[in-house]
Amino acid sequence: MVETEDLVVEYGARTALAGVSMEVREREIFGVLGPNGGGKSTLFKVLSTMLGPTRGWARVAGFDVEREATEVRRRIGVVFQSQSLDRKLTVEENLRGQGHLYGLWGARLTERMEEVMRRLGLGERRRELVEALSGGLRRRVEIAKGLLHRPAVLLMDEPSAGLDPGARRELWRYVAELRGTQGVTVLLTTHLLEEAEGCDRLALLHEGKLVAAGTPAELKSRIGGDVVVLEVGDAAAGMRERLEARWGVRATEVNGSLRVEIGNGHRFITEVVEAFPGAIQSVALHKPTLEDVFLDETGAAL
Amino acid sequence: MSGFWLPVATLWWRDLLRFWREKARVVGYVGSPLLFWLLIGSGFGNLAYFFPGALVLTVMFSAVFSTMSLIEDRREGFLLSMLVSPAPRGAMVLGKILGSTTLAWIQGAIFLCFLPMAGFQAGAAEVLEAAGVILLVSFTFTALGFLIAWQMDSTQGFHAVINLLLLPLWLVSGAVFPMANAHGWVRWLMRLNPVTYSVGALRQSLERHAAAGAPSFAASLLVTACCAVALFAASAASARRKSARSFG
Repeated sequence: MVETEDLVVEYGARTALAGVSMEVREREIFGVLGPNGGGKSTLFKVLSTMLGPTRGWARVAGFDVEREATEVRRRIGVVFQSQSLDRKLTVEENLRGQGHLYGLWGARLTERMEEVMRRLGLGERRRELVEALSGGLRRRVEIAKGLLHRPAVLLMDEPSAGLDPGARRELWRYVAELRGTQGVTVLLTTHLLEEAEGCDRLALLHEGKLVAAGTPAELKSRIGGDVVVLEVGDAAAGMRERLEARWGVRATEVNGSLRVEIGNGHRFITEVVEAFPGAIQSVALHKPTLEDVFLDETGAAL
Repeated sequence: MSGFWLPVATLWWRDLLRFWREKARVVGYVGSPLLFWLLIGSGFGNLAYFFPGALVLTVMFSAVFSTMSLIEDRREGFLLSMLVSPAPRGAMVLGKILGSTTLAWIQGAIFLCFLPMAGFQAGAAEVLEAAGVILLVSFTFTALGFLIAWQMDSTQGFHAVINLLLLPLWLVSGAVFPMANAHGWVRWLMRLNPVTYSVGALRQSLERHAAAGAPSFAASLLVTACCAVALFAASAASARRKSARSFG
């Protein structure tokens, strides 16, 4: 449903996307995970037809985002991170205007409006001005707007930004339901691990490059076994070499702690604590998270 | 067809609705030129002469300043959702321009109600003709405003450009003194100034005769219409040109 090939975007001398190739399948909830400034927003702009690629191409629902922009626009629903509502108009007026931009009108539009308002729980607020609504409610209006014309692909830029945990869960429930009932393909950008965990598949984007892609489970299984984090303060540099020499592992140093990926974490911990009496301030063991995957692939924290 | 005219209509209606909800704007736009007219006109002891000029001033400012909503649309993000929709760019530009045109025209029409106070003996035909001219002038200045607002991202910058451009143009348009009284290069400036033709067209629709040395009614209308078409084409062209900047 969404496909890019060697996508390059340059802003003058700065390269925002450095050759991204990826594919999002139909009915998939696909997440683009990465730190701010990693290229997520640029990718979002290209896919939503706001920005033409410098090189390479991108297709959405079978149409080229640059040459067939109008066809793409008919098929995408876009939920912006920044707000795109008219605050001086009511919820209903915003939706009606949006429908008109997509050529919907009359009874069909009214029916669609009723449907999205009901699904997003906006029915009772329909006559309120958007400026009088809370952040979470505005976000819901934003999503309602994106879904009004029943897009085949829903593009969401940091959909959870500014939502409290309750509203976030509700949004996810709704997105999953949409995929089930209407077969919508969803592509979202995020820098939140929790959100990324909920996606069917993920692409990790770092400094404009795709560093890894796969299901959350696949990505995490790349790191065999456990992750052990030793807090050692100033001794980190010296200890790292000794760790690597003795256990044959790769240790990465992050803010005064050493991070080690190892098969049998619990055995390693007993050994390491005995080997360095008094030097270790704390020890933590966890199963690999997406953050670990990101750290592993890029050497940078999310 | 509905793919083009529906977006035009909805954007037009939106501007009207927003305006209606901010009634202070109505008072401000009609009030200040009215005051201007009464003060200058009474000072010179000629309310009738200053009437067309003051009316054009009302329409000019109302038209241009309501296109400032485009800058707000961009800042508030509303513009983004228009740009990723399948609505043609031309429809978007036309809808925005017609919205502001209508608002300016309504204010011009309100101003027209003061015709008797200015001492004009205008009949229905004159009033209708004047209303038509006001519509054309409103459209022209709205298109100018759109063209400027599209390039801007702050309302302060917009104010600066507009004040630098509009007031001098208005001063040498025959609104304050007739072309026949102007000396040397100022008279040339007046001939070159497009606003001269807007004021001239309106004046002649009310007075029914051309002042000495002034362009004819037909010429005034033609020049104004040409400006309208050119400015609209330029607005549509600049909206079609993709610039990453305009997407925030």
